[in-house]
Amino acid sequence: MNQLVNTAPLLPSYLNQSDEVKARFDRLKARDVILEVKHLGKVFKTPMGKAVALDDINFVTHRREFLCVVGPSGCGKSTLVRILAGLEEKSSGEVLLQGKRVTGPGRDRGMVFQGYTLFPWLTVKKNVMFGLEINGQAGEEAGRQALQWLQLVGLEKFADAYPHQLSGGMKQRVAIVRALANQPRILLMDEPFGALDAQTRGRMQAHLLEIWKKIDITIVFITHDLDEAVFLADRILVLSPHPGRVQELIEVPVAHPRSTRQSISPEFLATKARLEELIHASSHAEEGEEDYPVVPLMASVTDSVE
Amino acid sequence: MHREKWFQVLKPLSARSKLVLGLLSFVLPILIWSIVSYVPFVWHPQIRITDPGSVDYLQVEMRMDKAAFADEVSDALKAHRAPPRGVASNPIYLPAPDEVLRAFYVSFTMPPPTQDGAWLSQALWHSIQIIFWGFVISSIIGVPLGILCGTYGPVARLSEPFIEFFRYLPAPAFGALAVAILGIYDGPKITIIVIGTLFQQVLIIANTTRKLDASLVEAALTLGARNPQLLRRVVVPGVLPDLYRDQRILLGWAWTYLIVAELIGTSSGITWFITQQARYQHFANVYAAIMMIGIIGFGTDIVLAFLAKRFFPWDRSLEKMA
Repeated sequence: MNQLVNTAPLLPSYLNQSDEVKARFDRLKARDVILEVKHLGKVFKTPMGKAVALDDINFVTHRREFLCVVGPSGCGKSTLVRILAGLEEKSSGEVLLQGKRVTGPGRDRGMVFQGYTLFPWLTVKKNVMFGLEINGQAGEEAGRQALQWLQLVGLEKFADAYPHQLSGGMKQRVAIVRALANQPRILLMDEPFGALDAQTRGRMQAHLLEIWKKIDITIVFITHDLDEAVFLADRILVLSPHPGRVQELIEVPVAHPRSTRQSISPEFLATKARLEELIHASSHAEEGEEDYPVVPLMASVTDSVE
Repeated sequence: MHREKWFQVLKPLSARSKLVLGLLSFVLPILIWSIVSYVPFVWHPQIRITDPGSVDYLQVEMRMDKAAFADEVSDALKAHRAPPRGVASNPIYLPAPDEVLRAFYVSFTMPPPTQDGAWLSQALWHSIQIIFWGFVISSIIGVPLGILCGTYGPVARLSEPFIEFFRYLPAPAFGALAVAILGIYDGPKITIIVIGTLFQQVLIIANTTRKLDASLVEAALTLGARNPQLLRRVVVPGVLPDLYRDQRILLGWAWTYLIVAELIGTSSGITWFITQQARYQHFANVYAAIMMIGIIGFGTDIVLAFLAKRFFPWDRSLEKMA
């Protein structure tokens, strides 16, 4: 942490964009607006009174954009994505998907949850077919499409396995294609890789970018992992807690195609430093989150481990 | 061989230990029963007369307390008359294992004591039918209602408080009413089993349904599923293995209502057999009949548990149990 702060002045500003990156953002913003969030607010009623979870959230997402939402715990990022999915009622404001108001859950917005949520009684293939069949596709055609989607994530061999026979990363790949099989306009992902180990998470991130590039999908991705956000996102929406407000919408200046080697590039580090600055400042201001106490020496040993 | 550590909290046992302990759970009670029956000085509070001697009110095979027998012996000896003789025995209501085992065979081959009576196999078959219909009728109402209560809040609030009240009313209390309405034969008996099972069934299945992982329903919603589909394609398959387990437990409860149910109206089935045999003091037959109920109930449950593995290959909780 200290090291990062010390090197920060040597980094370029995260606002500096290479011509290539700038051209990419120009193209992105020229595309249609898919998702528009206007003055969105959410108030929870608690025994202690009203708690404002989200306050006047505004942003737009363009077609085929990859938007990450980050913020300290309690900033309402999960609430935001659940409202977008239609799983939670909003208190005020509007959510427009391609100009149409969102009133409840629908197949035009796919969702991937942190807890996999595959149907345990269905095989992998039947899980992917679920949305297709629900929406009136014939079984045979749905099965054919499901297999194609499974091929996309390299799991066609596991078509007849049950979810409990798969590893966490495999389960989440199935969950992603289950959502994509419905051909939604937008894919909402709520900390989808949070439960995976670091190595699997890295591979899943790269794989997700591959999928995103190959199909016409806009992604809104919730995470608390800043490296993950910078690695994946075109733009990062930073929320501050209590109440959840938009602090900044950062355009990530890291060029495409992304690779893990870029994680030590100046643009990457500058963006991450900026995110840390924003999140550190806002979470520090949070009441009740005091600093942890200084730990006294408890062992009677003479040599220091430092 | 590595020695197994016992009494580790929440640690599963090896398959071998499970089998051995499982068998022991049956062997130990039988062993205790055998010791009490065959080792004379363990209990045997009575004397079974083998020779009445000079005591005129005694008969062969009659049982009497040890103290009273000792008095008769000393009285006879004092009067220089032939003393009665006998062997230490248990009271007639505790037959030895071999007697009960023999009774298993005898009670099936024994013709009914009266012309209009029934064989044990007929009596058992009648009891099984009462249980079957009682449980089926209860389930036809209870399972769907339980699932609806667990799924939809308004249904639960509208029905559960009343059911909660009703389940405290003892089912046998409705016996006289059931006879008045449905006659003296099988109708009221089946009704008692239904009343005894149904209300618990609704509440238990409602609770099981409520335990379904809500995120599965949310996932289905985001995939475009709507109300009737959610119920049919998510809630029902999602709770099915737990519901099946509930049904197994409830079937056990239905059996416990059997005896009371069969006493209502004209006594019938296994209960009729038991009361008949008890009247003639054929206690070995009584034990045999009671054990038959246990064997049928337990056997059914083992078969159902085995079938569960076939029905729900994806159910992880099975691995933890068996």
